[in-house]
Amino acid sequence: MALINPKKKEVQVKIVYYGPGRGGKTTNLEYINRKFKKRIQSEMVTVKTYGDRTLFFDFLPFDIGEIKGHSIKIQLYTVPGQVKYNATRRLVLRGVDGIVFVADSMDLRREMNIRSLQNLKENLETFNKNIFNIPLVMQYNKRDLEEEGIPILSIDTLQKDLNSRLQAPFFPASAVRGDNVAATMKKIIAFTVSSLRKKLE
Amino acid sequence: MEFTIEFDKQQIEAIENILQEELIDLGVQSVILMDLAGNVIVNLESGDKRHDVYSLAALAAGNYGAVSAMANIIGEQEFSLLFHKGEEESIHFSKVVEDLLLLTIFNKNVSLGFLRLKVAEAVKRIQALI
Repeated sequence: MALINPKKKEVQVKIVYYGPGRGGKTTNLEYINRKFKKRIQSEMVTVKTYGDRTLFFDFLPFDIGEIKGHSIKIQLYTVPGQVKYNATRRLVLRGVDGIVFVADSMDLRREMNIRSLQNLKENLETFNKNIFNIPLVMQYNKRDLEEEGIPILSIDTLQKDLNSRLQAPFFPASAVRGDNVAATMKKIIAFTVSSLRKKLE
Repeated sequence: MEFTIEFDKQQIEAIENILQEELIDLGVQSVILMDLAGNVIVNLESGDKRHDVYSLAALAAGNYGAVSAMANIIGEQEFSLLFHKGEEESIHFSKVVEDLLLLTIFNKNVSLGFLRLKVAEAVKRIQALI
């Protein structure tokens, strides 16, 4: 649940980008950081390891203005996607308000997507949260690879694999190019913040 | 389990007073009361230096989690107190209650021993409030 400071009239909302390793979570945040530079007052924080992989998380805070007299601070996080870093993933999920699941459209990554989503479900359960009740947006990333002749999964297949029960809003995207990166982010913010409105009244 | 503790305006003001009296008046540059989700609950600063407290809190929450996992490996429940020493500025972390941390940033003009004493005082007074 978001943190509401009644004195400063400020709300901190935590949105986490989740998904398999090398799926483009960090690339999403890097694009947002470039694109919305004017609204972002601080530097993007990344904790990387050898080989440019996310070790801990990336963190990008920015303000989206006011709702019902409260200034809303959005805090975007990514988790490390690699299987071995599950303890860190769980840590980052603590206090999460909304999730973007970044799936990798590459044919070869089909199984990894399914496993990562299952892992998300399990990790949320450790905080007594249900994946069906939390604001969630699906992003099918790397659609641009098709043009390079790399086999990718169809949107139908991805929907069947990942979203048939969740029925979350979804976006085909290319984080490298920036296609639908902002749209994904706007959707999850709108989704998360609308669930907060009632609390602020 | 929900991790974020809710505070009302009076509580926040009372906590600010405690942190001002016990720590800022002592010469500490910055204090952040935060939860382990990385949210900033109270932040006070003195002097001209402004820190990026939101990034600090996010990293501190991660750091605390990582160090707690280290504690578990050697058979400890947690390390309730952490200290990072810098050339000019240092950071001190202290657990307040489950899921709440007090982060203090101070320079060479403040002695670590005295700071620890004052942090302990502040923590005790905050615990009594919540």
